[in-house]
Order: sequence, then C-alpha cells, then structure tokens
Amino acid sequence: MIHSPMDRAAAKTPDGVAKRIRGLSDRTIAWIFVAPTLFLLLAVNIFPLIWTIRLSFTNFRVNRPNNDVEWVGLRNYQRILNDPDVWATMQATAHFLIWTIVLQVLIGFTLAYLINKKFKGNDLWTTIIVFPMMLSPAVVGNFWTFLYQPQIGLFNYAVTFFTGGDPASFSMIGDVHLAPWAIVIADTWMWTPFVMLICLAGLRSIPDSIYEAAECDRASKWRQFWTITIPMALPFLMLAVLFRGIENFKMFDLVVQLTGGGPGNTTTLTSIDLKREAFEKWRTGYSSAYAVILFVTVFGLASIYVKALNKVKER
Amino acid sequence: MSFSVTDPSKGAKWFAGILVVAYAVITLIPLLWIVATGFKSPVDSIAYPPVVVFEPTLEGYVNLFTDRTRATDDMLEAAGPPTTWYDEIARERGTVISGPSRYGERFLNSVIIGFGSTALCMVLGTMAAYAFSRFKVPLKDDLLFFILSTRMMPPIAVAIPIFLMFRNLGLNDTHLGMILLYTAVNLSLSVWLLKGFIDEIPIEYEEAALIDGYTRFQAFYKVVLPQAATGIASTAIFCLIFAWNEYAFAVLLTSGTAQTAPPFIPTIIGTSGKDWPAVAAGATIFLIPVMVFTILLRKHLLRGITFGAVRK
Repeated sequence: MIHSPMDRAAAKTPDGVAKRIRGLSDRTIAWIFVAPTLFLLLAVNIFPLIWTIRLSFTNFRVNRPNNDVEWVGLRNYQRILNDPDVWATMQATAHFLIWTIVLQVLIGFTLAYLINKKFKGNDLWTTIIVFPMMLSPAVVGNFWTFLYQPQIGLFNYAVTFFTGGDPASFSMIGDVHLAPWAIVIADTWMWTPFVMLICLAGLRSIPDSIYEAAECDRASKWRQFWTITIPMALPFLMLAVLFRGIENFKMFDLVVQLTGGGPGNTTTLTSIDLKREAFEKWRTGYSSAYAVILFVTVFGLASIYVKALNKVKER
Repeated sequence: MSFSVTDPSKGAKWFAGILVVAYAVITLIPLLWIVATGFKSPVDSIAYPPVVVFEPTLEGYVNLFTDRTRATDDMLEAAGPPTTWYDEIARERGTVISGPSRYGERFLNSVIIGFGSTALCMVLGTMAAYAFSRFKVPLKDDLLFFILSTRMMPPIAVAIPIFLMFRNLGLNDTHLGMILLYTAVNLSLSVWLLKGFIDEIPIEYEEAALIDGYTRFQAFYKVVLPQAATGIASTAIFCLIFAWNEYAFAVLLTSGTAQTAPPFIPTIIGTSGKDWPAVAAGATIFLIPVMVFTILLRKHLLRGITFGAVRK
C-alpha cells in the first residue's frame, strides 16, 4: 500500500531522492556548505599553527620586528629540552594534572553514584552542583584569591578555625608548599561537576536487567559494583579523564588569576611559562618552539589514549 | 511491576540525598559569597572574622560603574550638594564621581562579541553540519576529526601568529577580529553538536519535500531548520557561554576597544587598593546570564560540554 509521496519515494528509489539533481548538484551544495567553516578554521587555526612552526626555527622577536631574522634550525628546541626550568614546569603541570584528575574522578564518580539513587529533588541539586563549571575560569580564579586571602578570606578563616592555626600567617597562595594545592582545590571545585555528569551518563546507560540477573545469581552488592558498575562505566570515566586532561594541560585562565604562577615558580604550569616567554620576554622564536612541543605532546598523548579508549569500548 | 530489585532502599536514598545536598551547599558557598560581597561595604568585605550578617549597600555597584577621585575642598564646592544617592555614597567616602568606569564598555563588548560570534558560528556550523550529516563529503571522517582537533591547541600557542596576522589585516583589537576568532574557536563544538542533532531528524521528511517539488535549499530551510530549532538553540547557548567566558585570547589580543569583561574584572581597583565589593559586583553581573542559561540547558548540558560524545 502506497499512500504518501514519502512512501512512494522510498519504494521507487531505495537510495532515496538524495542524489536527485535539481538546480545545484548535491556535491556542489555540500562543498558550498562546508567551505566557509573549513576556510575559517584554516585561516584562524591551521595557518597560525604553520606560522608558529616556521617561527620556531628562527630567533624572531615580535617586539623588534625590524631586526634581522635568523634561521637557527633546531637550536630553540635544543634549548628548551635542556632547560631544567622547563622540566620543572612540566613536572608542576604533571602534578597538577594527576591530582586534579584523581580528585575529580573520585568525587565526581561518588556524586554520580549517589545521584543515581534517584532521591527526591536530585535534578535541582544536580543543577546547582553544575554551576561552577559554566562560569568564567578567570573570574572564578580571581575571586578564589579573595577566599584564600590571609585573615580576611573565607577559606582561610574556615581552615584556621578548624585547625587552630594563626589566620594572619596562614596563606594558601603565599606558601610554596600550599600554593599547588590551592590551584588543585579551585580547579576541583570548578570541574568536578563535569566528571560527575559524564559518570552519571555512564551509570544511566547500564540496563537494570543486568543487575536483576546478578540479583538472581545472588551476587553481593559489592560484587555487583565491581563486576558490573565499574566495567560498564569505565569508557565514560576514561572519556572524562581525556577531556579534563586536554583542558588542564592547556590550563591558563584559572591559574593565572589565582596565583599568577607563584609564589616563586611553584604553580607555573606550562601555558603560564609559555605566556611569559612569548608576551613578557618576547622571545617569539623560542616560545614558538615551546608551543610546538606542547601541541605535539598533547596531540600525541591524546591519540594514544583514544586508541586505548576504543579498545575498552570494544570489550 | 513498578518495583524492581535495583530500586535503592529508602534508607539508601536518604543517605545519598543528604551527601549530595551537603556537596551542593559546599559548592554554593563561594558563589553566594561573591554575591554577598557585592553588597558589602569595603569595611565589611575585609572584616575578621568574615561577616555573614551585614547591612547591605549598593556601594560596590556604584564603584563598579563609576570612576571616583579623592575629593578636595575645591572639588566639593564645585560639585555642590550631592544630587543622587550614588553621588551621596561617593561623598561619604570622601570622593566625587568623575565619570563612568570602563566596566559598562567592557560588558557591552562581551555582549557584541559573544552574540556576534554565536550568530556567525550558528550560520556556518549549521550549514557544515547539514552537509556532513546528509551528503557524501569526501574524507568526511578526517575532516570531522580535523575540526575537533582544532580544540586541542592551547590558545597561547597560536596567539602570536594570530596577532601578527590581525595586525596586517587591521583586525587587531577590533570587534570583527574577535568575532571571527571566537567563531573559529567555537566551530568545532557547533559542527559536532549540530551534526548529532540533524542526524536525529529522519531523512524521509526532506525526501518528501523534494518529491513535492522543493529544491535542496528549500528543503533545508523549510523542513530541516524548523526541526533542528531546539538543537540549534542549545548549541547557540553553549557557543555564547564559551565566548562569554573566554579569557586567554581576550587578554593577549585586545587592549582597549574590543576588550571583554573577563580580563577587566580582576583589574578593578578602588581609590585605595583592591575594591573587593566592586570586583564581586562585576563578577555577579557577569555570572548571572550564564547561571540562567545553565538552568535552561539542563537537558542538553552533557552533550554540549562533551561535543556530543556522550548522550544523556
């Protein structure tokens, strides 16, 4: 029975009418539609990236454009990889990455697990928990410096109230040992909800029937958690780690406002160091090489990780 | 049967509820503190121990929107008696209002650049997403991955060439330059998200329209666009939020005419040191739209932040 034009089309041409030519061909339309996007991305992303790579082989300084630009080969790269300060920065970034990811996954997953118990009003509380990650990291970072102020800051007050320390001499962002934790805490406050949301999606993707079957087999709750919940949610957890990893590897705004890299260089993450080289010391060639190294690192790590992620998904 | 073995017990629900509410309250405290600080006097804002109960004042907001100078006797005489309540607040602190601050301008820049880039991003993104969703584009998967990978680049890594390029084109520190830049930054998100939304619209609708004599373009804007409206709206809000909150490019590439609010808010200072109530007032005004959008976006939140990689 064929009634509508839609059915007729489906019946006559199995491929649909998508290939039918009327006016412009589909191929032409496809290119007209995709071209502006590709053009803009090439102009504002790829062209500058290629330019950065080119600059990385020179000693160009953007604040002295009239100087003779010399081709220095791989010297910039050599310098960066032999610079102990750069390695210290990388180490600080690695610590920041590890701790924020560990904390955010632990807290985020726990929250998702609890919210998944479907208690009354959980939608409202979930929305409230999600607020921080939607805000401007620079504005949030700036305000956290206020919370961390010795004596007058709320965070400072709360910590010294409970530990009995001296509020005037205790300072999260002024102390070389505490400052890295200050950025970890603020980042965790801001981004735990992100991990929570992804974990929640993972938990909700597990069909109830699996648990029912496990219940019939008299598997304990503990056993169910480790053999069903964790493995089924794992691809989602890994995806959260990937996104947080990429974002925190290029972290700039929150930390630059919070500590500005200090005290000393204790919270100087790679992108803050890069900004100093490029926009304070104006070593353009050097900082371009630095940028290329960072981009290759994040791209390489992300590619390897995505391969691992796909393997887990296939299981 | 409505009751299943996987339904948590009542006690478990209570326990979970209490823990989640506790976390939400802890999360909210810094936010509420920002809002409260905006309504404090400078003295209350740095009181020790921190005050929770205080007499609210709009001084922070007055200081946010005005520039003030220390009043000399001559200035007071020239200004005459205070004519408005905000003038009066300034006088109480021994200052006179010398003009509007730059916050209004910066906020307006955020609005222009945010909405401008979002609009452009939606036009380009919808077209590209439609093509990727419906046509056989050569190298489709590679192009899509390329579009996504542009998001992995640290902004600072490309800031110098963009700065040089913009300087040559006369786009440095202009609204147009920032709009183009933020559009490019957000295109990856909008193409990926919109492709997901358009994929969900059955292709049969368009086929029917084509049979009825519509051209491809007509089918696109008369059939597909209305169907994709919700998806386009939520994608637009995500792009707007990203452009609204962006800091790195704004601080590196703008200095005056096109600077948005995020680099400006931390630099707000009063006549004597950091004016926290004014900073808090600036932050509060800036945060409110995003919080409203978050509530509106609840359903699409996960898709938006993960480029559609995870669906709820």
